[in-house]
Amino acid sequence: MRRNTWLAALQGAVVPLVLLAIWQAASSSGLVNAKILPSPVAVAVRWCAYLAPAEPFDPANSSYIAWIFSGELITDAIGSLYRVVMGFLVGAVLALPLGLAMGASRAAFRWLNPLVEVLRPIPPIAYIPLSILWFGLGNPPAIFLISLGAFFPVLVNTIAGVRQVDGIYLRAARNLGAGPLTIFRRVMLPAATPYILSGVRIGIGTAFIVVIVSEMIAVNNGLGFRILEAREYFWSDKIIAGMLTIGLLGLAIDSGVTRINNHLLRWHRGLEH
Amino acid sequence: MSDILINHVYKRFAVPGNEVVALKDINLDIAAGEFVCLLGPSGCGKSTLLNAIAGFSHPSEGSITVGGRPVVNPGPDRGMVFQEYALFPWMTVAKNVRFGLEVKGMAKDAADARVRELLDMLGLSEFGERFPKDLSGGMRQRVAIARVLALDSPVLLMDEPFGALDALTRRSLQDELLKIWARLGKTIVFVTHSIEEAIYLADRIVVLTYRPGTVKRDIRVEMPRPRDAASPEFNALKRDLSRLVSEEQQRHEAAERAGLTTD
Repeated sequence: MRRNTWLAALQGAVVPLVLLAIWQAASSSGLVNAKILPSPVAVAVRWCAYLAPAEPFDPANSSYIAWIFSGELITDAIGSLYRVVMGFLVGAVLALPLGLAMGASRAAFRWLNPLVEVLRPIPPIAYIPLSILWFGLGNPPAIFLISLGAFFPVLVNTIAGVRQVDGIYLRAARNLGAGPLTIFRRVMLPAATPYILSGVRIGIGTAFIVVIVSEMIAVNNGLGFRILEAREYFWSDKIIAGMLTIGLLGLAIDSGVTRINNHLLRWHRGLEH
Repeated sequence: MSDILINHVYKRFAVPGNEVVALKDINLDIAAGEFVCLLGPSGCGKSTLLNAIAGFSHPSEGSITVGGRPVVNPGPDRGMVFQEYALFPWMTVAKNVRFGLEVKGMAKDAADARVRELLDMLGLSEFGERFPKDLSGGMRQRVAIARVLALDSPVLLMDEPFGALDALTRRSLQDELLKIWARLGKTIVFVTHSIEEAIYLADRIVVLTYRPGTVKRDIRVEMPRPRDAASPEFNALKRDLSRLVSEEQQRHEAAERAGLTTD
């Protein structure tokens, strides 16, 4: 088993390594302009410089830990992460109760679903002009856009989750003497959890896309801001270093969410790992 | 003393362009502590009747009383065991069994003790912390039975509870159920389409007709338990019942060929 995972990891590394080698060879041989496509080594060097603290360590100014994390990359990543988390929370906290209500009550669904269906296809990015008009610059418009991005996936999945609850569970619960409130809390909500969590996962993914876009318009830090800034100076190595960071952060968030999901859904079929 | 009283019960369903009479003038008087099997081919309304006793659906006409009280809603005085188990998959075995006790508002210590006792009774002590997905069908049905016994209801309604199990598991659960019934003295209404199962279990077998569902025959089974499926009496009864049921099965199939039904 252990040997297989190692083998799989090794196998997965082959294609990226080959591509990196071709890329490096193309750059070293001078086939491509380094301004257009810098070499992997140049990107790696830039990435380290981006990660490292800008000032030399001075005990008079800050603690060592604070200094280690004072690099531009860390500041940007924290800035982006803050917006993702805040935006997601605002969106999800609004979407969850609304979705539960619309899933559980036919009347609520009939009243609200047409509006949802009209608003849902509008990409959050289309709200950029309005968001600046309404919220000015800085974090508020970014968080507004991100919350929009997270809102609809959570809403739609929550509605679907509540609606698909197998009637047999409701019948069993009523037979066991449960009232409507108990049924909602202890039967409908947990039965809908797999759907809700997949909505959460999609919502976080959307939030992560929107944060990069929103940082390109209204703020002056964050990973999205940084790669746009690097373009102004023609630092293509920094653009790629920034993109890699976005990829790694996205991967970290998604695997974290997957872990939480697997724990919450340990009772669920087909998730036994 | 009668425990379940079914009085002139009709059940009609509207289907597009037609009306199906699922139950027609059903009259049954089930005594406290009696083990009754409702037997018939699919579409004979045996599950419809059970659902009406459980309070999941209301008769179109007539009345049902259980323990002297008219049935209005589903309730914990009539525990139901479903063919599909209907365990809550997000709860452990112990939590499933505990659900009815918590709804009732039983104190924590008392509930703990009761859950332990029930898990013991059904041979599930080792499985309290497992989730239903990790159990076999037979084990799941044991949990469902324990969950319903927790209610301490005088009446147990069982809707083809062993229909999805293999023959050996089925027999062992049948024996278990008879033991529990002998020990706790519940009134059991048990729906099945297995003639052998009905003879093995019941004090009384009620054969229903295919649409409209009426009582075709109401037979008392006097053989002592445990019943031997190889004995001449068992087989004589089996032959009689097979004839009755297959008449209804043929009506069902004729109706199907005529396109009158889709099930």
